[in-house]
This record gives sequence, structure tokens and C-alpha cells, in this order.
Amino acid sequence: MKAVLGTMGDEVKVFGFWASPFSRRVELALRFKGVPYEYIEEDILGNKSPLLLHYNPVHKKIPVFLHNGKPIAESLVILEYIDDTWKSNPILPHDPYDRAMARFWANFIDDKCFPAFMKAVMGPENEREKAVEEAGDCLKTLESALNGKRFFGGDAIGMVDIAANFIGFWVRIIQEIAGVELLSADKLPALFKWTDEFVSCSVVKESLPPQDKISAAFKARIDQAQTNTRP
Amino acid sequence: MKQMEYLFLFLEQNCVIANNMGEEVKLYKTWSTPFGLRVVWALKLKGIDYESIDEDLSNKSDLLLHYNPVYKKVPVLVHNGNPISESTVILEYIDDTWKQNPILSQDPVERARQRFWAKFNEEKLLPTIWAIFTTEGKDLEEAMAAWVENLKFVEEELKGKKLFGGEKMGLADLVFGWLANLIGIFEEVSGLKIVDERYPLLLTWMQVFSELPVIKETWPPHDKMITKYRALYEKYHPAK
Repeated sequence: MKAVLGTMGDEVKVFGFWASPFSRRVELALRFKGVPYEYIEEDILGNKSPLLLHYNPVHKKIPVFLHNGKPIAESLVILEYIDDTWKSNPILPHDPYDRAMARFWANFIDDKCFPAFMKAVMGPENEREKAVEEAGDCLKTLESALNGKRFFGGDAIGMVDIAANFIGFWVRIIQEIAGVELLSADKLPALFKWTDEFVSCSVVKESLPPQDKISAAFKARIDQAQTNTRP
Repeated sequence: MKQMEYLFLFLEQNCVIANNMGEEVKLYKTWSTPFGLRVVWALKLKGIDYESIDEDLSNKSDLLLHYNPVYKKVPVLVHNGNPISESTVILEYIDDTWKQNPILSQDPVERARQRFWAKFNEEKLLPTIWAIFTTEGKDLEEAMAAWVENLKFVEEELKGKKLFGGEKMGLADLVFGWLANLIGIFEEVSGLKIVDERYPLLLTWMQVFSELPVIKETWPPHDKMITKYRALYEKYHPAK
């Protein structure tokens, strides 16, 4: 997506990293709403650009979202901003209680699922079994939020689906490389089915990185982490 | 007719007319939790009548565990039987449900700004203050260094503002609110200086915030707090 200016003279930019699920969330939300944007790739492993550090001095991280020159950081905050600003294809439900549930689960994904998953695949070997169990519990809890629906958002993807993008795509790739089985059809049937539904959405497909590149990148990262934690 | 108008005016100005007649609102919290207090403030701001249930965390009620099976924590807001957990989620729910005295403006940029700082408090300030309270030696030094870094950003954010929300209290103020009470208590209990004169805007904010009508006199009893936190501090710093 190289469109620099959208309709209404809006200038929308996303500073991201190709392998990061967090900047991909922002891109997915924009694509879902049909908002044109310019994507700027940041070399977060090497050299962060002065512009990134200027726009996000507090965390110095991607994603950073820029709308008509105004920067916003933190992917879930950005998702809410996108939904507040562009009203087509809402990613949050209308009803206040349903909105609260969506926010609860999006936060649960970031506060619990993501750290548990990272510990399970990259944590120290002697804590691996416990970490895998905890990650499995997190995913099982998240699965309950699906409650028979096709997506967390109902008939179409919503904020929780977008927040769960790393579960929808990254987890299945990474768990194979790490040699742990967290998300499988027999352990978590509803969640597993959801991952298929998720990646088969055309707007999601367009916003995912190439699988082989992700495999290679994480293999290198996991090898590095295991080298670091060897006694 | 004029008498009725006058009566209503009198009632509006002098009593809390609940803005939720016919709706049942319950708040599960504890006597001391700052997370529950945030919700108390939001409900008070909007004039919402509610039933307060103080839990004993060493013996959680079945109802609490039923309403918050994921985290098993307070606060939980139950509105017409529907439970909501996680204080910042509750605050946004309250703002979405009752429209008077908004805690978030309609402007998306402003909303994002306050949400960003609310997150900053939860993810940076709170873990760091916990580290300051519970560690010593080199760990304490590191925690203090991180705290100083964090406070620099907070101080910067207050430039040109009366409150984090601007002219009026907002989501970020409610979330940062614990500072105005607990910093003093932690300093008294630990003997450490945690927010010093390097942060004049923050110190001013702590005073201004505490004086707001909704916040005034809502702090938990000071002596009880000192006793509680002194015991907790001693647990992490046993006398040698």
C-alpha cells in the first residue's frame, strides 16, 4: 500500500516492522475500514529512525500511527483511535456492555496471552513445562470468549480478532519451530477453527507477512534465546 | 409550577439525584484498593447510585469468583446483573453508558492521549512503584532509576495543563489518582522520597486532584492505610 493521501486530504502513516503482529494489527484495521495509508518500515533490530524516536519518545517502539501529523502509540490505543475516527466497518460493537467485553478480551490477550506465549517458546528450558501449561490455560480462557461465534467480533472480525492476530497466524508457525504444542485442533477446537477463519479473510490475508520469512526470523530468534539461557 | 421548578432546582443542587433510577449497580471492591476507588470516583462524578460490597481478599465471596472467573479480582462492576472487570474497562463502560460529565472527550486525538497515559500508568508506573516498595540494594536503585525516567515523561505531559484531562478531570486523572494518596503513605512507611521537588507540576496536580469535589474526602482512613502498608513493607524488608 503506497497511497500517500487518501480521500478528504487525510494523511495517514504507519511506522511498523514487517514481522511484528502489533504494527500488522494497525494495518489490518485500516484495510478493514478501507483507509489508505503510507507504510514506513522501521529497522527495530538495528537502527530506529530519528522520526520514530521523535513520534514515540516515551516507548521508542513501533507501531506509531500518524494522522495529519499527530502521532499515536500503543497498538490497542491506535485501534480505538481508528474506530473513533473512521466510522465504516466498526471494529468495536455499539452496545456498551459488548464494548466492555471486547476491551476486556483485547487487554487479556496483551496482558496474559502474549507474555505467556513468549515465555513458553523462548523462556528458560527448566521453566518450559510450566510456561507451556500457563500459555495453554490462557488460550483455553480466550477460547471461551468465542462462545460459538465465527469470530470474536461475531459475523465479521472486530477488535478482539485483530488483537488476537498473533494467535491467528504467528502462534501456529512459531510453536512448530519451538517444538511446543499449544494450539491444536484437539486441545482447542474452537480457537483452532477460528485461526482458519481468521487467515482466510481476504483483508487479513493481505495484511499478513510471508510465512517462510516469519519461520526463518523466529527460528533465528529462538536459537538466540536458547543460546542465552543455556546454563 | 414555579414551586415544582424551585423544588427540582433545590434537589439538583443539594442532593445526589441518582441518574440511574430503576437500574441496579453494584461495585465489588475492598476498603483500600485504589483500583476500586477509581470506579467510585467515576460513579460519583456521574451521580450514579450504587451498592458497595467490600470483599475480604483472603476469603473471596462466591459471587466475586462467579462475576470475575478470569482474574478473580476486584473491582467488579455489576450493572443489571451484567459483570464488568478490569478497572480501566469499567471506567470506559461507565462513560459509554452514562453520558453526563464525560471522562473522555469526543475528540479522537484527546481520547487516544488519555488512553495512552492510562496505559502508561498501568504498565510502567505501577510495576515500578511496586519494585520500589518491595526491593532493596541494587534492585531498589534500578527501580528508582526507572521511576525517575517515568516521572520525567509524566511531568512533561502536565505542562500547560491543570489536570491530565485538561481543564476538567478525565480518564487519565482517575487512573493516576492513586499517586495523590499512596505516594505520601509509601514515603511515610519506607522513609524514601519518591516524588520530590524535581516534579513541581506533578506535586501540584496531586494537590489539585485531591481537592476536586468528587475526590475530596474519599481516601481510605489514613491510619488504617499506614498500618496496612507498614505491615506489607516489613514483610518485604524483614528487620535484620
